[in-house]
Amino acid sequence: MHESEQRTLSRVLITLALSVLVFFALRWCFHFVQSKEIPRLLGALIAVVAGVAGVWALYWIANEWVSLIPSRRVREALLPFVFLGPALFLLVVYLVYPGLTTIYISFFDKRSENFVGLDNYAFIFTDPNVRIAFRNNAQWLIVVTSLCVTLGLLTAVLFDRIRLESLAKSFIFLPMAISAVGASVIWRFVYAWQPPGRPQIGVLNAIRVALGQEPVGWYIQPPSNNLALMAIMIWLQTGFCMVILSAALKNVPDELLEAARMDGANELQLFFLISVPYIRGVIITVATTVLIAVLKVFDIVYVMTRGNYDTEVIANRMYVEMYRFVNFGHGSALAVILFLAVAPAAFFNVRNMRRQRGEQ
Amino acid sequence: MASVTYEHVTKRFGDVIAVNDLNIHIPDKEFLVFVGPSGCGKTTSLRLLAGLEEVTEGNIYIGDRLVNDVPPKDRDIAMVFQSYALYPHMTVYDNMAFGLRLRKVPKQEIDRRVKEAAQILGIENLLDRKPKQLSGGQRQRVAVGRAIVREPNVFLMDEPLSNLDAKLRVQARAELSKLHQRLETTFIYVTHDQMEAMTMGTRIAVLKDGILQQLDTPQVLYDAPINVFVAGFIGSPSMNFFDARLIERDGKVALDCRDFIVDVPENRANTYRPHLGKEVIFGIRPEDVHDPDYAPPGIKQALVEAKVDVTELMGNEVIVYLVTEHTQFLGRFDPRTGARVGNTMYAAMNMDRMHIFDKQTEMAIR
Repeated sequence: MHESEQRTLSRVLITLALSVLVFFALRWCFHFVQSKEIPRLLGALIAVVAGVAGVWALYWIANEWVSLIPSRRVREALLPFVFLGPALFLLVVYLVYPGLTTIYISFFDKRSENFVGLDNYAFIFTDPNVRIAFRNNAQWLIVVTSLCVTLGLLTAVLFDRIRLESLAKSFIFLPMAISAVGASVIWRFVYAWQPPGRPQIGVLNAIRVALGQEPVGWYIQPPSNNLALMAIMIWLQTGFCMVILSAALKNVPDELLEAARMDGANELQLFFLISVPYIRGVIITVATTVLIAVLKVFDIVYVMTRGNYDTEVIANRMYVEMYRFVNFGHGSALAVILFLAVAPAAFFNVRNMRRQRGEQ
Repeated sequence: MASVTYEHVTKRFGDVIAVNDLNIHIPDKEFLVFVGPSGCGKTTSLRLLAGLEEVTEGNIYIGDRLVNDVPPKDRDIAMVFQSYALYPHMTVYDNMAFGLRLRKVPKQEIDRRVKEAAQILGIENLLDRKPKQLSGGQRQRVAVGRAIVREPNVFLMDEPLSNLDAKLRVQARAELSKLHQRLETTFIYVTHDQMEAMTMGTRIAVLKDGILQQLDTPQVLYDAPINVFVAGFIGSPSMNFFDARLIERDGKVALDCRDFIVDVPENRANTYRPHLGKEVIFGIRPEDVHDPDYAPPGIKQALVEAKVDVTELMGNEVIVYLVTEHTQFLGRFDPRTGARVGNTMYAAMNMDRMHIFDKQTEMAIR
């Protein structure tokens, strides 16, 4: 009995000593890498090594402290939080807190000084620019989501039947690796316009001119310019849809298709009456995922038109209100509206995914 | 109602020959069972008939019609799959009605046929359920129901009972036999279970490595297997085999099995006399190896001395594992037997039921 008490005491002391040691070591590292005297690369290296080791040490020490608690029930209740704690902490600091603050300041004026009630929301629903943004977002939502999913499904089905399937899929999937900004820059070239008579550097206008037509300002002329921007998003997202849907389609049991074939179904009926219902859950997940991305679209519009020429969207408007007009009230209210629009889709997405997992 | 004919049918997958020159004529209303170990080509044979695979060589006829190039849906056949392949998003009713709807059968007619099939199979109360909500046995019935409503000329069944537990399987076996009698249609059934084949088939086709070994009624397969493979495959526990040599002893034909010598019955001696001196395989089924004290009266028995290695009490009988110096064999003894593990005793072989196969060709010598 006496010996075990002694052992516990020594463990407490060791853990305490280690805690202090790690604290000072990390503090020293922190200051050291910030000092200007050492080469930058060395500083970065130390930061990485000390950072990883430090996180490991902190977890280890926290675990050690918890394991010293005599009550097993308390120990088991606390242990998950030792490991979840840092993640939860970061989530609260960087997500929950700013989110709540955004909602809060959406009820205040430009500089967040005076309470203005629902004035910012009133502005949102009356301002003509925002109305255009709403209209465009709705168009984006319908056109991009439906086309992405349809094209993804179509390519998944058709590529399933060709020999160079993986090669063909790679080409469709490739744009996924490009950032929206990068893609927009690429498409600016595709859509580039030069006055008639000058050499056209944009592929589309070069083709038009070669066919004896006038060059078109693809992303400048309303209303078709919105479609030109949507095409970029579709180009980016179709690959994602295709990959997920292709995997789902390959999961449809062969026997099921054979049974339907013997029941008299032709290829189209097989697809629409058997395959599509079978992967319905996956289609919904993919559609909602794209939908959320589309609702939040910002970079494409920002890079291509800055929201001019009738191409405004909510996220871009939010940015403009926030940083160009420095109106925190308007900006926050737009952010809240965007959040409210995305939330049901996200909720539906998560619920559907969970249900699918339950089915398997 | 139609017959089915396989005429020199061969199916190759790359270099692998799945079905090799298959010739079978299946008359109308027959219950034919393809049986064999896995990879023997039985399922491929069925899928060729269904049109799910294309024949490499040869012809398949349904009735008088050559169906090589006819798509599955136009062959007028229905198939029950091993996994049942029920459409998971449809109710039982819709599962059964699906094929009829695609064929534009009038609504009342669909309803009549589905209800009738459901009644035959006892699944009337399940029509509104989804497959997920059904037990294995219920799903199997729905799969059969989906085939019945189509009123096809030929029913194909690919191991439809293999996903059921043992007790349910016995029950479903009897129900399928009853269904065959009731529908009076050609059934072609694939299984690896020789018991299913024996109990259900009017005729059985035993396949091995894509080659048809023997095609006959269950009783003939059991009584007169054409080669060692069929002899060993049909019957459970399997037939005992001994390496032997045909010799003459005291003017009688006998089998020298190294550890023991047994006489061949007079009435068979002349069949084997031309093969004297030949290396053969002597086969006898466990049910023809008795405890001498309880052997049926009047059989021509040969006594063999052996040691009892293991006994398995089955209630109605005892399966006794017997060993001699070089071989071991099984006997199905009367439960009153005095056989005890470790004892040495005599086993009585009923020589009227013996089989002899050529050692080289493994074909029966008759």
